[in-house]
Amino acid sequence: MAHGSHAVKRYTGIMNWLTTVDHKKIGILYLLAGGFFFLIGGLEAVLIRIQLWKPLNDFVSPDTFNQLITMHGTTMIFLAVMPVIFGLMNCIVPLQIGARDVAFPFLNALGFWTFFFGGVLLNVSWFLGGAPDAGWTSYVPLASTAFSDGPGVDYYVLGLQISGIGSLLGGINFLVTVINMRAPGMSFMRMPMFTWASFVTSMLILLAFPALTVGLVALMFDRIFDGNFFDPSAGGNIMLWEHIFWIFGHPEVYILILPAFGIISEVVTTFSRKRLFGYSSMVFATVLIGFLGFMVWAHHMFTSGLGPVANALFSIATMLIAVPTGIKVFNWLFTLWGGSIKFTAPMLFAVGFIPTFVMGGVTGVMLAAAPADYQYHDSYFVVAHFHYTIVGGLVSGLFAGVHYWWPKIFGRKLNETLGKMTFWFFIIGFHMTFLIQHFLGLLGMPRRIFTYLDGLGFNEMNLISTIGAMLMGIGVICFVINVIVTSAKPKHATNDPWEDGRTLEWAIASPAPEYNFAQLPLIRGYDAYWKEKREGNKEMQPAEPLGPIHMPSPSILPFIMSVGLFISGFGFIFHQYVVAGIGLAITLGCMFLRSVIEDHGYHIEPEEIQAKGV
Amino acid sequence: MSGHSHADGVLPHEPEKATLEGRNKVLGFWLFLGGETVLFGTLFSVFIALRDQVNGGPTANELFSLTVVAIATLILLTSSLTSVFAIQAMHRNQPKAMVGWLLVTILFGLAFLGLEIYEFVEYAHEGHTFAASAFSTSFYSLVGFHGGHVAFGILWISLLIWQVLRRGLTVVTAPKVYIAGLYWHFIDVVWVFIFTVVYLMGKVG
Repeated sequence: MAHGSHAVKRYTGIMNWLTTVDHKKIGILYLLAGGFFFLIGGLEAVLIRIQLWKPLNDFVSPDTFNQLITMHGTTMIFLAVMPVIFGLMNCIVPLQIGARDVAFPFLNALGFWTFFFGGVLLNVSWFLGGAPDAGWTSYVPLASTAFSDGPGVDYYVLGLQISGIGSLLGGINFLVTVINMRAPGMSFMRMPMFTWASFVTSMLILLAFPALTVGLVALMFDRIFDGNFFDPSAGGNIMLWEHIFWIFGHPEVYILILPAFGIISEVVTTFSRKRLFGYSSMVFATVLIGFLGFMVWAHHMFTSGLGPVANALFSIATMLIAVPTGIKVFNWLFTLWGGSIKFTAPMLFAVGFIPTFVMGGVTGVMLAAAPADYQYHDSYFVVAHFHYTIVGGLVSGLFAGVHYWWPKIFGRKLNETLGKMTFWFFIIGFHMTFLIQHFLGLLGMPRRIFTYLDGLGFNEMNLISTIGAMLMGIGVICFVINVIVTSAKPKHATNDPWEDGRTLEWAIASPAPEYNFAQLPLIRGYDAYWKEKREGNKEMQPAEPLGPIHMPSPSILPFIMSVGLFISGFGFIFHQYVVAGIGLAITLGCMFLRSVIEDHGYHIEPEEIQAKGV
Repeated sequence: MSGHSHADGVLPHEPEKATLEGRNKVLGFWLFLGGETVLFGTLFSVFIALRDQVNGGPTANELFSLTVVAIATLILLTSSLTSVFAIQAMHRNQPKAMVGWLLVTILFGLAFLGLEIYEFVEYAHEGHTFAASAFSTSFYSLVGFHGGHVAFGILWISLLIWQVLRRGLTVVTAPKVYIAGLYWHFIDVVWVFIFTVVYLMGKVG
C-alpha cells in the first residue's frame, strides 16, 4: 500500500492488557474489575446481614457497621454494576451497530483505568485510616469534618471523583460512537434495544455526572480547604448537598436500569423467537424515562421540608415514570405471548426480572405519594424498594446479559445447569431477603441501624432476611464456579451459539476478531441478521470491498495517567500537597505526550484478514 | 487516516471534518461542552443560593469594582473574536495567519487572567478570603473554576501553536485547533453569565 504499514509495537502478556485500546478487551477488563468489586460489595452485604440476624448482636462494632453500609452502597453502585454495564456496552454496542471500533479508543482505555484506580483508592481506605462511614449519599453535616474527622469521607470524595472521570469519558465515547459510526443502513430506528438503552444511558451520564463532580468538589473544598458550602455557621446550607447529590443521583438510577431494560429486550426476543413487540414504543419509552429521570430528584427529599407545592409536583412527576415503564413491561409480555420460548439460563433471569422489577416499581409509586412517604422514609421499606429495582431488576438483568453474551465475549458458552442453579438460588434468596424487609419497614425498623432491641417483633423477619442473603451468596458462588469451569473448556462457540440470534453481533465470529467486521455489513432492516437468515443468507451482505483496516495503536499512557490521579488523590487525602502536585503533573505530562506524539495507528492488510479465514 | 485524505498535498476545505477521527473529535467535544454546561450550571446554582451569606464580611456591592471587571470582560470578548479570525484563517489554509491570531488570543487570555489574579488579591486584602463565608467560598469556586479553564485553554492553545509550527496544518492538527476554538468560545459564554450573575446582580441585587 502507498501509505505503508506503520511499524507498531504489539505487546504480549500483561502489557497487552495494560496497553490495550481494543473495546472488546477493555470490556473484559470492565467485567473482571466490576465482578471483583461486586464480590467485595457482596461480602460487605453478607457481613451486614450477619450483624442483623439477631437482636443486640455484636458481630461488628457500630463504627464498622457504618463503614460497611457506606462501602456496600458505594461499591455496588459505582464500582460493581456501573462497570459491568460499561463492560457489556464496550463488548456489544460496536458489534450491534456494525462498527469496527469505538469513536475514542484511547479515551476508552483511560475511562477504564480511572474507574479502576478510583475504585482501588476508595477500597484501600479499609487499611489506611478507615473507610467512609457517612452513608453512600454522604449527607452533610454528618460527612463534614465536624462529625467525620477521619480520612474516610476524603477517600469517598476523591475516589468517586477519579472514577467519575471514567464514567463521563465512557458516556461521551458511546454517544459519539452511536451517532457517527453506525454501519451503512443502520438508521436510528433500526438499532437494537440494547444499543438504544446504552445511548440514552450515555446521555444521562453526560448530563448527570458533572453535577456530582461539583458536589464532590464542594465537599472536598469544605473538608480540606475550610470552605463553607455546607457549614451553616458561616452561612452555608446543608440542603444544598442533598439537592446536588440527588440531581445527579436520581438520573443515576436510570443510568443503571436502562441498560438492564435493553438487555431484557434482547434476551426476551431471542428466546421467544419473535420480533420485539412495539419496538418504536420501546424506543420512545426509553427516551421518555431518560427525560423524566431529571425531573424527579426531590422525591428523595419529601420529608426535608420543601413544602406542599414542591412535594406535589415531584410526586406527580415521579408517578409519571410508571407510564413508560409500564409500556416496557407490557411490550415484554406481548413479546413472550405466543412465542416459541426456550428457557435457557439468560431467559430465566429475564423472565425472573419482569415480575420482580414490577414489584419494585409498585413500591416506587407507593413511595412517590409524598404524604405516605413520611411513613416509609428512612425505614426498611425504602431498603426493600430500591433493592427490588437495583438487585432484583438491574442485577438480574446483568446476569441475563452476561450469560447471553458470554459466548460472544469469551468464545465459550457458560454451563447451562450451573447457570440455572445460579438463577434459582439467586431469585429465591433475593425474594427471601427483601420481600420481608417491606414488612420490617412498615413495622417501623429504621434503615442504617447497627442493631435492634429484642421484643420489637423484628427478630424472625431479620433472621429470614439473613438466610435469604446466604442463598443469594450461594447463587453468586455458583456463578463464579461456572466461570472457572467454563474457562477451562476449549473455545468452541459458533458465530450464533443460541441459534436464534437476531442482531449483528451474532453474524461474526465468537469472540469477534480485533477488527470486528472484515467488511462493514449492509443493514437492510431491523433485526438485521435475522432478516438475512430469513432470506436464506448465512451472513450479512458486505457494504464495501475488502481493504486494509485501520487500527489504533496500543498505549500505556491511560494507565500512567490514572496512576497519576491515584497518587494525587492520596496527596489530597493526607494533605501532602507536594505529592498531590506530583500526581497531577504525571497526568498532565501524559496528556502533553498524547497530544504531541504523532501516532497514526497501523493497518491490517486484506491478506492477513484472509489468512485468518474470516 | 491522514495518509488517505491529503495524499495529493491539498488540504480539504474544512480540514477539521475531513476524517472520521476529526468528525468524532468535533462531535465529542460539543457533547463534552454539554457536560461542562451542567458543571457550570451547578456552580451557578450554588453561588445564587449562597451569595447573600456574607457571614459579617464585605458584601458583593461593597466588594466589586465594575471598572476592572468591565475591562476584563472586554478583553475576553475580544479574544473570542480573534479566535474566530484564527479559525477563518485555517479555513483559508493560511497557517501563519492562524498562528498569529491564536497568539493574539492567548495574549488576551493572559491579560484577562492577570486582571483576575489582581482582583482576587485585592479582595483577599479586604477580608474576602476563600474560607471567610459561604458567599466567598462559592464566589471563588465559580469564578476560580472559570479562571482555571482560561489557564488550561492558554496552555492548550500554546501547545497547539507549537504543533502547527512543527508539523504544519494537517487533517490531524486542524481538528485540534478547531475544538480549542470551541472551548475558548465556551469559556467566553460562561464569563458573560458570570459578569451578569455575579457582578451586575451583585451590584444591583
